[in-house]
This record gives sequence, structure tokens and C-alpha cells, in this order.
Amino acid sequence: MTTLRPILSALRRHKIAALLIVLEIALAFAIVSNALYIVVGRLQRIDLPSGIDEPGLVLLQLATAGAGRGTVASAQADLAALRAIPGVESATAINSLPLSHSQWGLIYALHPMRTFSGGVQAPVYFGGPDLLKTLGVRMLQGMSFPPSAYRDLTPQNAFKIFVAARQALITQAYAKRLWPHANAVGKIMYMGETPVQVIGVVSNIIKPYISANAHDPGNYYAVFSPFRAAPDLNAWYALRCRPAVCPRVLKAAAGKLQAMHPTETLNAQESFMHMRQRYFRNDRAMAWLLAGTVLALLAVTAVGIVGLASFWVQQRTRQIGVRRALGARRVDILRYFQTENFLLATAGIALGCAAAIGINVWLMAHYAVPRLPILYLPIGAVALWTLGQFAVLGPALRAARVPPTVAMRAA
Amino acid sequence: MSLYHLRLALQALRNSPVLTALMVLALAVGIGASMTMLTVLHVLSGDPLPGRSAHLYYPQIDPRPLGSGGNANPEPPGLLTYIDAENLLHQGKAARAAVMYQGGDVVQPPSGSALHPFVVNSRLTGRDFFSMFEVPFRYGAPWSAADDAGAAHVAVISQKLDRKLFGGADSVGRMLDYGGHSFRIVGVLAHWRPVPRFYDLNASRFGQVEDVFIPFNTARALNLGIEGSTNCYGRPGKDLDTSPCGYIQMWVQLDSRRAAAAYKRFLADYSAQQHAAGRFQRPPNVRLDDLMQWLAYRHVVPDDVRMQAWLALGFLLVCVVNTVGLLLAKFLRRSGEIGVRRALGASRRAIFAQLLIEAGMIGAAGAVLGLLLTMLGLYLVRRQPSGYAHLAHLQPSMLLATLALALLASLVAGLLPAWRASRIAPALQIKSA
Repeated sequence: MTTLRPILSALRRHKIAALLIVLEIALAFAIVSNALYIVVGRLQRIDLPSGIDEPGLVLLQLATAGAGRGTVASAQADLAALRAIPGVESATAINSLPLSHSQWGLIYALHPMRTFSGGVQAPVYFGGPDLLKTLGVRMLQGMSFPPSAYRDLTPQNAFKIFVAARQALITQAYAKRLWPHANAVGKIMYMGETPVQVIGVVSNIIKPYISANAHDPGNYYAVFSPFRAAPDLNAWYALRCRPAVCPRVLKAAAGKLQAMHPTETLNAQESFMHMRQRYFRNDRAMAWLLAGTVLALLAVTAVGIVGLASFWVQQRTRQIGVRRALGARRVDILRYFQTENFLLATAGIALGCAAAIGINVWLMAHYAVPRLPILYLPIGAVALWTLGQFAVLGPALRAARVPPTVAMRAA
Repeated sequence: MSLYHLRLALQALRNSPVLTALMVLALAVGIGASMTMLTVLHVLSGDPLPGRSAHLYYPQIDPRPLGSGGNANPEPPGLLTYIDAENLLHQGKAARAAVMYQGGDVVQPPSGSALHPFVVNSRLTGRDFFSMFEVPFRYGAPWSAADDAGAAHVAVISQKLDRKLFGGADSVGRMLDYGGHSFRIVGVLAHWRPVPRFYDLNASRFGQVEDVFIPFNTARALNLGIEGSTNCYGRPGKDLDTSPCGYIQMWVQLDSRRAAAAYKRFLADYSAQQHAAGRFQRPPNVRLDDLMQWLAYRHVVPDDVRMQAWLALGFLLVCVVNTVGLLLAKFLRRSGEIGVRRALGASRRAIFAQLLIEAGMIGAAGAVLGLLLTMLGLYLVRRQPSGYAHLAHLQPSMLLATLALALLASLVAGLLPAWRASRIAPALQIKSA
């Protein structure tokens, strides 16, 4: 503790410079902790499980022109042809895909509603009896639709019957939202005034588009309806294959569909992994950008510390010589500058904590950024302490090398 | 005198090349980061139709049934139902008005073409779309009012589609096979790329305009599909256009404030009248934003871009504080030299001016390097996957702003150190030296 007093009295004589270092560390700390938190949030979004068996899923979308094309009947023929391709384990049509940005949504409530305004919104997935198997979604409770339950959804009847399904499968997350403490199987929920019976609960599957918050359970709300879908309602074909043969399967499937429909065109042909990559590319780019900025910011802060520390060492060369002449060891001089930097960094971090929380509160008010977990403050603190110690090491070593004779020469 | 200062400053900078280089680099990085992000922000928050945007308005009414409240959004929906769109179009008094939605379908290339069928997006709208937004034509002209009323099978196509299908020739009068129907081409657009694509913010906000334009009435008669959002508020009827489902955007041109106020009254009156008739359950709830208000209301500039801009400004602030610290160290290190100059008769003001010039020179170097870094930053932004990435180019106004910002930053950074150094007492310094 005896070493602190001379340091403090020396800093008092360099108020402006000391204040500048503290300010710079505080700003860097506040920005770095918030930026890191946003980076981690983005990375968590990128890593969200989709709930489907991703590696072995390939997708094709046929764009059809004109009435009477791409109907359910034609889709059945397409699917039969696709199943015949070697390597295809199962195939289905599906109205929309997780992480595809495009969804059919409905609102279900626990009580009959005259309007659609109450209740909990969920995307609706449908396509045919092979849907769950092809996606790799598991039945957890209850049972799936009997084959006789499926009806064809067409552009002509879609308006009437899409909202009129009487049976549904729901995901675990949705079941938990509607009935937190009870088994959902057999329960009734309402689409407007239409009662819909939940006949089974399936494993979670992610929405076509998800909220900014990776931890939002609503990302996994979904309902499955017993409809057959077809390209005339922009349905996709999804094929399950062994990951190793999937690229070949995709190519063969595209060729086959194009040959079967010379006047139509394939709007998309890709693996699900690719679609997922595309969905999160902005998050990935933002994470890289923030990470780069954090590094640059730390580098600039280090330069500032090195610059001011070198200046002090130079200015105090004589005092250092005197101390050395009076018996201070090299390690004492080194410690002196290291302690000084630690004190400045600590003051900066203390100030920075307040600023970090202030910035976070402002970000929460204006942007979809959740509350900064308290854990980020010690992480940021350790980072800046370490940075400060590394930055000051060079100048401090130079100071430690000042020979005691300097004291005499200069005088 | 100032030439003398300049020489002194240069000399001083040359005496400590490493420190000078570090200062220039730190400042340049801060400038580069801020100007990159501010340029992106500037490009994205621009006015897509300068001079006209103040007269273009987006009307909104609220046909939703009374809900349980709670989580319901109090703002009226952004899309109109077919019935309301038709009523507003025919009852409202606007200089020009157009209803519209986005479609997408397959184009069959003309027979004999080597092309395969391909998918294009279309805008299904009225003829006022072209005059209201001053859309430039390369060949032909918009379809006529009679084509609108009679749901004629006519189309306007983009320059890009004209090139693809007809090699860029004047294709007016030729036929376009879109979505399994045949349309007579009446016009070909010249290059038109409003940024953002303000008229439909549900679809790609910074994307290109559609390739095919077809009269709204024709599209409804043929039931051309919707490639956009459809939001239903209640039990659907037998088809889309009789259901309480919003899918239509509408723009009106109102040439004076008085006309805008009158139109807003009309929207409220219409809502009240529908309320009285039992079609609307809610009391009148209307909005009439002009174009720029509409862009702000819909948060057209992505939140990520705003956050990046703030982050970059914070970064610049750190760089400026850093420069203040380094300049202070640099100036005070020369206390002896400054003391001598003071003793030889240089006034405090002269010292202050000299040091500020030195700071300014660092700023100028930082500006040039910062400009290069801005260009590099924008190049990196253009390689990003986001929809607006390709728009990130340096504009002359932002170039000047970069230089000004760098100079300003360095002078602000130089103020405190120069003032502090100019207070150095001459006598003490000479004694110690």
C-alpha cells in the first residue's frame, strides 16, 4: 500500500493526461462491452437449432404459369417421380419452410373469438402425409393425422378451407404457451369461432422468420394442418436423402422436374443448409463488423496508453534516476508504472460501467437489444486491465532500464 | 508568419515520426469507420423522388374489427382491402391516385427464342403510377385511362426485360406472355431505380423495380397472384376481394397542404360513413403520411445500419480522445523548446496558433488517409450480403464531409493540448534546460 501514495501524488500533478486516459478507457469499455454483447446475440441467433434434420434436406420450388398448372394432382405425379430418384428417402410438398421468410400464419386462442385479434399467432405448415418424416420432426405425444384427414388446398378453395381445418398438430413450444400446465393432446383451441382439436404434439420447429431475440420461445411456435399443397400455392418440394448423396439428388431432381414441365421454371433449388446460411448472412456480417470494430478500438486505446506512458517515462527520467540512486530496484520502477496503469484502468472501468449501462438502456429503448447481462462487465474489465498492462509494459521496461547515474548527470 | 508556423509544425512532426504516424493512423481509422457508416446511412435515408416527395401521400384507414385490445397495434394497417381501395380511388379527390400490389409469375419467351421460361415480379397498378412518380419511358407510354377502366390486356415492361426478351429493341406493340396470359406491350421503361423502393416497403426495400406493369383491374379480373403480404382481420368470404383482407397499397398526389388536409378529412369521413353502415367497427382511425414521413414511420433505414453509425461515431470519439492525449504528450514533451520561444518573445497566441496548425496538419493527413479507408470500408460494405450493399458508394457531398470532419476532429483534439502548452512559463523551462 505504501507504493500507492507516490503514484497518486504524481497523478495529481498530471490531471489532464490522467483524465484523458481514464476517459479513453471508459469509452472503450462502454462500447466494447455493448458491442460484444450484440456480437454474442447474433452468434446465438446463427446457431439456433431449426428443429429439423438439416444435413439431408434439399428443396426445389417450381414456378407455374396459368390456371390448371402445378395442381395437387400434378404435384403427386412430381413427388412419385422424385421418390424414384436413387438416394431419395422420402419426399413431400410443403407450403413454406423454416427460415425462408415466407409464411402462412394463423391466430389461435383458448376461447372462441369473433375476430382474429386475440390469441397467439403461429405459422402453419402443411403439405401431405410425409411432411413430418421428411423434415425430421418427431411426434412427442398423441398421433399424427390419419390419411383420410388430408384435403387438397387449391387457389380456388384456399380462402374458405385454410381457416376451417378442425384438427391440428402443434409444437411443444406452442403447446406450452397455450397450456403451460396441462397435456395439450385432445384440447380444443379456436381459430376465430372454429374449434380445432389438438391431436398431437410434435418436436419444435423454427418459424419462417424469427424475432431478434434468440431466446424468444415464440420462435418455435408452429401448427401443422392436414392439407395437401402444390406449386400453384407456391409450395416447395422437400426431399430427404443421405447427406453424402444430396448434391447429386438435387441435381437429378431439378433435371427431372424441368423435363416434366418444359413451360415452367424452377424458382429455387438448394439445400436447407444453404437456405439457413442465407437467412443468417446479415447477422454474420454484423457480427464480423462489430468484432472488427472492437479490435480496432482496443488497438487505438492501446496506442493511446503507450503514447502517454512513454511521455511520462521520458518526463520523469530524472526522478526515476533519483529513485534508483536512492536504492529502488528495477522491479520497483516496473511495478510503479504497472500499478499506475492499473489504477487508471480501474478508474476508467468504473466510469465505463456507468456508461455501458447507459448505452445499453438507450439501445434497448431504440433498437431490439435486450438488457446487458451483468456478466459482460467483468469480462470487459478483465479485457481492458489486460490491455492496459500489455500496453504499459514497453514504456515501463524502458523506465526500469534508466540507470541511477542519470540523477547525477542531469543535475 | 503563418508560413513560419507551417515550417515549424512540419519540423516538429518530422522530429517524432512514429508518434505522428500513430496519431494520423488512429484519426484516419476513426474517420474511415465513421464516414463509411455515415455514407451508408446517408444513401439509405435519401429522398427517392426529390421535388415530388412532398406531394405524394400514403393513405391508411382502419377496417379492423374491435379486438380484445391488449396486443393489438393501435396504428391503422398498412394495406387496404379491395373494397376500400376501390372506394378511396373513386370517391377521393386527389390530383392523381393509384392502387397497386406486387405479383410474380412466369414469363414464356417468344417462340423461337433460346431462353427458358423465367420468373419475374410485376406491379399491378393504375396508369397514374407512371405520371405520379415521373417514371421515365424509353419507348411508348403508359396505358390509357380506357385501358384501366376496360381491364385491357396491356403491359409496360422494364428496360431489363426488354433487353432480355427483345434485345433492347422498341418492343411496343409486341406481345408478352406473363402468367399464362398474353399482354400487348405499350411501353418500355428507361432506367429507373428509386432508392429506397418507397412505393412498396413490404417487398425488397432497396431492390430493383418490377419488370412487368399491368393494369390493376386487369390483374384482378385475371386473378393474378399476390407476391407480398395479405393480412386478413376476420372470417374470409368466398374470395380475396370480398374478404376483410388487406393486400393493396395506395398512393395519392395532393398538390397543396390544403388538399392534403381535405383528403385526410375525406378519409375520416369515409371511415365514419363505413362505421355508420356497420362495415367498420372502430371509430375513424386514419393516417396520411407524405413520402418522407412514410419512410420514417416504416423504419426504412435498417436498425443495424443506425447502430453501426452510432458505433462508428463512438469509435471516432475514442479516436479523438486518443489524439487529444497523444498531442498533449507531444506538446508538453517540447516544453523546453516552447519555453525558449516564449522567452524570445513569442506570444501565447503565437504558440497556440503554431500548435493548432500542427494539429491541423495531422488532421489533414488523417483526412486523406481516412478518405482512402472510407473507400476501402465502402468496398467492404458492397461485398456484404444485405439488400442495400450495392448502393454504398462515396458521394461528392460525403467526400467533402469526410475532409471537414477530419479537420474538425483534429482541431477539436488540438485545442486543449495547445492551450495547455501555451501556458508554459518561459523562465522555468530555461532554468531546467
